[in-house]
Amino acid sequence: MTTIADIVAEHEGREGPLLPILHDVQKTFGHVSEDAMREIAGALNLTRAEVYGVVSFYHDFRKESEVRPVIKLCRAEACKARGVEALVPIADAQSRVKVEAVYCLGLCSVGPAAMIGDAVYARLDAERLTTLMANA
Amino acid sequence: MKVRISDDAVAIACGADAIAAAFDRAGAEVERVSSWGMHWLEPLAEIDGIGYGPVSADMVAAIIAGDAPSIGRIEDHLFITKQNRLTFARAGKTRPTSLDDYYASEGWLGLAKAREMGSEATIAAVLESGLRGRGGAGFPAGIKWKTVAGAPADQKYIVCNADEGDSATFADRMVMEGDPFMLIEGMAIAGLAVGANKGYVYIRSEYPHAIAKMEAAIIASSHLIAPFVVEVRVGAGAYVCGEETSLLNSLEGKRGEVRAKPPLPALEGLFGKPTVVNNVLTLAAVPWILVHGGEAYAAFGMGRSKGTMPVQLAGNVKHGGLFEVAFGITLGELVNDIGGGTASGRSVRCVQVGGPLGAYIPPAQFDLPFDYEAFAAADALIGHAGITVFDDTVDMAQMARFAMEFCAIESCGKCTPCRLGSTRGLETLDQIIAGKNVEANLALIADLSETMKFGSLCALGGFTPYPVMSAITHFPEDFK
Repeated sequence: MTTIADIVAEHEGREGPLLPILHDVQKTFGHVSEDAMREIAGALNLTRAEVYGVVSFYHDFRKESEVRPVIKLCRAEACKARGVEALVPIADAQSRVKVEAVYCLGLCSVGPAAMIGDAVYARLDAERLTTLMANA
Repeated sequence: MKVRISDDAVAIACGADAIAAAFDRAGAEVERVSSWGMHWLEPLAEIDGIGYGPVSADMVAAIIAGDAPSIGRIEDHLFITKQNRLTFARAGKTRPTSLDDYYASEGWLGLAKAREMGSEATIAAVLESGLRGRGGAGFPAGIKWKTVAGAPADQKYIVCNADEGDSATFADRMVMEGDPFMLIEGMAIAGLAVGANKGYVYIRSEYPHAIAKMEAAIIASSHLIAPFVVEVRVGAGAYVCGEETSLLNSLEGKRGEVRAKPPLPALEGLFGKPTVVNNVLTLAAVPWILVHGGEAYAAFGMGRSKGTMPVQLAGNVKHGGLFEVAFGITLGELVNDIGGGTASGRSVRCVQVGGPLGAYIPPAQFDLPFDYEAFAAADALIGHAGITVFDDTVDMAQMARFAMEFCAIESCGKCTPCRLGSTRGLETLDQIIAGKNVEANLALIADLSETMKFGSLCALGGFTPYPVMSAITHFPEDFK
């Protein structure tokens, strides 16, 4: 079972290691806990406030794990131009899957687009989004 | 039979993996290549230069039998022949992480030239090319490199800004996924030119395929670029980290707050050392310049906008994708002739050029030539050259509202005009949309916009007035 100490040790010798460490912690545990922040701060000789400041700044880091499946749905301008806003009520009508707004997946000519983990989906319509949510 | 199918994220998102598997099961030899950038045709399958797309599973048998309708030779398609593909020369043709394919297509010749010519001549070539920062600021790359080269220090860095967060932009993603060695070569040349032995590529976390391809390409080419070393660093969902000083802070493990300039990163950048921060496209343009000469690059373009720009056609557009062309082409030609107008078939109401901080431009201004100065004179910006097309169903009051909302969500929080201005701006636009004190609130938005434009520390707060005020100016009927 990977520990915070293991993760910190893996990035030994890296310049500016905090974000790489936080990414690994987020990936391993699903969130960055108070205890994790305390341990990382100690290891990097930073204050807990500094580490908390970094964790709270970036959208990717969660303070608590999300137990539900997560679908990142792009709601930036190009996807809006292709009709994503009409799909939002479909996402809002259920709560089994967490449908999060993300701003741009770089699939701007084939939207509406979404990402689940590292998997990307384009040309979404009501039917396709419903299927994605059902299978998430 | 060899079939080429892309593994670019657009192709995959449109189902290319399943199509590739189907061709494989049918006995064809499948090669995964970069995308031609003709997104409306993805998943595109190429056999002996002939293109088929978009391919669905039920078409595979017919394609193999030679019975399916095709788009003809891809290279002869107007969308391709009208381009000037210098940076995207290999798009659709090579396997992204194949060193063999890269070597066979002028790969590594630029670095060899730079090693031969030395630092001064390399910088001279970049200066002569007129290459300007393709991220959006448009600052002459050669001058930036010269500054860093001349700065005395025990350590210097090349930082590649791959935090391509603007809506309607994907050219950086396509370079990293489709031609990663080209970017690595460009960074190595930059390192040689300025005396930097370490490079970082800061890639946004929303681009997992680009991250994976770059990491694989770095491992495959590390021995070729040594002693220069490149490392990938992943962003964490903050749009503002596309601003160069915010990016540097993020690399250093801090909150992505914007720094005041001076000092310029060229003199005091990453960890306080002289740093070249350049966009992916800027660095990717360099190998071609070294191989063919700065003068050849400068032969393209107009005015002070030399060379080519990889334009990204996006949003509600019929023919979306990557269109690399010399500066000077008009916006109308791009949107209507090349892009084919809207995907919905309805009329084009406006386009937004340059991402969320770009102005909304109505068809009346479509004679604008793609040129940094011409756009600035029209109170617009080219930015990273993404174009979002909107049809006549767009509600411009909602788009102006979104500009403030996005700024509020992504603000680093350091300066009041942006942090507070965007929040109050959002509230005020909500009042306008609800029909309350519309005239007074519009005047307030104009006043607020002036404060944000001149008082913000960076372009996030500083340019949010562009989409807001252009929407109000050109589409006042939506705000009544």
